[in-house]
Amino acid sequence: MSVLKADNIVMQFGGVTAVNDLNIEVEKGKIVALIGPNGAGKTTAFNVITGVYQPTKGSVYFNGEKITGLSPDKITNKGIARTFQNIRLFKNLTVLDNILIANHLHVKSNFLSYTTRMPWSRKEEKSMRSKSEMLLEKLGLLSLKNEIAHSLPYGEQRKLEIARALATDAKLLLLDEPAAGMNPSETMQLSGFIHTIRDEFELTIFMIEHHMDLVMEISDKIYVLDFGQLIAQGTADEVKNNKRVIEAYLGVEEDA
Amino acid sequence: MINQRKDHNIKAYILLFIVFAVLLTLLDLKYIGDEYVRRVLNLAAIYTIVSVSMNLVNGFTGLFSLGQAGFMAIGAYTVAIFTVPLESRASIFYVVPQNPALAGIHIPFPAALLLGGLLAALVAILIGIPVLRLKSDYLAIATLGFSEIIRIVFTNAKTITNGALGIKSIPKMPTMWVFFGVMILSVAFIVFLINSSYGRAFKAIREDAVAAEAMGINLFKHKVMSFAIGAFFAGIGGGLFASLLGTVDPKQFYFTMTYNFLLMIVLGGMGSISGTVIASFIVTIGLEVLRFFDNPLTLFGVTIPIFRAGFRMVIFSALLMILVLFFRNGLLGQKELSWGMVRDWFGRLRRYKR
Amino acid sequence: MVLVSFETFMQQLANGISIGSLYALIAIGYTMVYGILRLINFAHGDIFMMAAYFMIFSMVSFRLPWYVSIIIVIAFTVLLGVIIEKVAYRPLRNAPRMSIMISAIGVSFLLENLATYLFTGVPKGFPDIAFLTKAIRIGNISLTVATLLTPIITIILLYVVLFITNKTKIGMAMRASSVDFETARLMGININRVISTTFIIGSGLAAIGAVLWGSKYPSIYPLVGVMPGLKCFIAAVLGGIGNTTGAVLGGFILGMAEIMLVTFLPALTGYRDAIAFVILIVVLLVKPTGLLGEKVTDKV
Repeated sequence: MSVLKADNIVMQFGGVTAVNDLNIEVEKGKIVALIGPNGAGKTTAFNVITGVYQPTKGSVYFNGEKITGLSPDKITNKGIARTFQNIRLFKNLTVLDNILIANHLHVKSNFLSYTTRMPWSRKEEKSMRSKSEMLLEKLGLLSLKNEIAHSLPYGEQRKLEIARALATDAKLLLLDEPAAGMNPSETMQLSGFIHTIRDEFELTIFMIEHHMDLVMEISDKIYVLDFGQLIAQGTADEVKNNKRVIEAYLGVEEDA
Repeated sequence: MINQRKDHNIKAYILLFIVFAVLLTLLDLKYIGDEYVRRVLNLAAIYTIVSVSMNLVNGFTGLFSLGQAGFMAIGAYTVAIFTVPLESRASIFYVVPQNPALAGIHIPFPAALLLGGLLAALVAILIGIPVLRLKSDYLAIATLGFSEIIRIVFTNAKTITNGALGIKSIPKMPTMWVFFGVMILSVAFIVFLINSSYGRAFKAIREDAVAAEAMGINLFKHKVMSFAIGAFFAGIGGGLFASLLGTVDPKQFYFTMTYNFLLMIVLGGMGSISGTVIASFIVTIGLEVLRFFDNPLTLFGVTIPIFRAGFRMVIFSALLMILVLFFRNGLLGQKELSWGMVRDWFGRLRRYKR
Repeated sequence: MVLVSFETFMQQLANGISIGSLYALIAIGYTMVYGILRLINFAHGDIFMMAAYFMIFSMVSFRLPWYVSIIIVIAFTVLLGVIIEKVAYRPLRNAPRMSIMISAIGVSFLLENLATYLFTGVPKGFPDIAFLTKAIRIGNISLTVATLLTPIITIILLYVVLFITNKTKIGMAMRASSVDFETARLMGININRVISTTFIIGSGLAAIGAVLWGSKYPSIYPLVGVMPGLKCFIAAVLGGIGNTTGAVLGGFILGMAEIMLVTFLPALTGYRDAIAFVILIVVLLVKPTGLLGEKVTDKV
């Protein structure tokens, strides 16, 4: 069964059609990539899926349930979490705080039991902390837990953003250009990292990426978007040899 | 090593509290200080409650609220209306009699204080629902307008508020511990809140609302929560204010009063509770001490012409400008005062002396 | 609800249009600044207040004729607006938005306190401009020239502003900046000049508004700009913030709403100042983009 299904999505801004009749299916446990030249409408598609934009037409289904029309926080509560193209961490807060904030959606005690230091709220806080530290440990970020997020090196910030998304206990992870700004060796590391978290947390991953080496290596399926239209889909080999894909990319996009 | 330091810190905190308690008791029992000093300190305690709660909204949640004076007015009038002894009601409402539904009701001070806070929070929720649903840009205008409207309403609703004449004979509190006790409880409440998961959600909204929402935080709910809690404590502050002065009238709650709290949180640091507490005392005492600016000053037989009515407020508004333009972080920025910080500071002082 | 005679109604209608067009003049300044800087210029109402004081000094203290005074008042008010932008807003352009808002509050508070200190809190009489306060009778209705002239001046000035923003080079730069500040800068637009121009236009209109206001309500005190300031911002929101024509439309509607409340529900006259805020709440609930505003999508 498909975890994510986008059904005939159309997204218009004023007179401009950013995404036209997009159909996407992401199967459970798979790593699926969405590629295409700049301005093809990839991030717009992500924003429609995560509820930031309401599509002009079409619907999005998560585990068979329609999620179009829900606000971004509700969609995250359903089990979809994302990262952003231009890293959006809580910059002035610590690494641990960034993770703890992503745990807030699971909080059961109300604010009054926190301010009156009720035993159940203290227990909840404690378990939230240990869970967050465990997550940081798994991802190799524990030694940085008290660092301020914006002081981390770029690569670690990318990693922290993924960690933060995982902390929501999401089952579907949407990564918007996770390798942006990384050098080839960092990119290869990232590839291993994505595989590891997929297996460890039993995730389904849907990502936008420009680094073709990375995309070709880890994707089970690739969708190619150009001017808002889906022009190809299939395995790495199928897409690589597709005439329209080659045309769309020729002279437009430099493979890193 | 770390544990040792922690023990040391706890001891220091206990010591600090004992010093504070002894000083306050001495003041309270009139061994030291006079009525004026007691009054100013009580006022500082009240202003601390209001400015710390304003910092929760503005500094920690990133909402620009300017409604503190209005919320204080609600708290103050609630205490005034319900705690004035029944026998003095007729002499207060001598122009227009008090609404019969209220004339027979007397509530003990603590309950009236709480009710005032709750009413302020309720009004905040009513303002927050339309304004905080979308971009919170217009909150500043809406709250500023609300501060003005609440004054208009209180001036016009004569059977409830006695109009422009105000309400006198509000019972005064016998001890400073009422003001300082409520202050400690309020600040503790807000500190615990800020350090809880809810407080982190507030900070997340301040840092990046889009990312906060993507992490599953309901922006509207948390903004309204922060705004209403802020209003609750402003209401509590207003209730204490009424019992400190013994009288309320609409003119006391002019919207420019809110700017004093704005000065306090900017001076203390947007996002620093300890900074705000320190700044509240500095500004409150400063506003009193600097009253001499408003009186003609004669030095060596020469009358300095710039010292006259209104000069003090010019200085205070200029101070707000200078702070925000050149010392945007105020005293503590987003940090909290810690022993390490105090040690460093004294260390630097010692080095300077050498 | 009371019934009023036709004459009273017409008289009040003229009043509503007149006060509405005054709001419109001030609202243009708000909407232009917000459009470009996303800043609620809290000091705008106080710039308006200072303009009224400038007029008093020019005509009463220096005994200059009104037509010379108006030129001087516009010049000084524009200068004040430009200085405020340079000193209080420009250094904070890259600071958190909260800082620039606090700075705006600071300027507003400073101007109010400065006016109290310099001119005392006692209201000062606005000089009588005989030409403007002369009464004209049309049938049974008696109106001042100012009341009749205000909407005409507003419409003319609206066209001037629209001409500047739509037909001139600086206007094009202004529109570009209001869509995307950073991109406009990258395209070689001198952003400082654009912002200064915005403040020149806004302050100039506030100065004209102050002269007309003073002729209608000839009592000037340090906080005289506060309520018109708040209301005109709301008028700008009602019309669609960032949209000049919207601001004028919003101002007219707000002025009319106030005067009609006073006319038909005289019992609620005390709540006249509250209407604007009721309108704000309704707009935010029903159509947050305002009457003529376009939906803006935040970039994620």
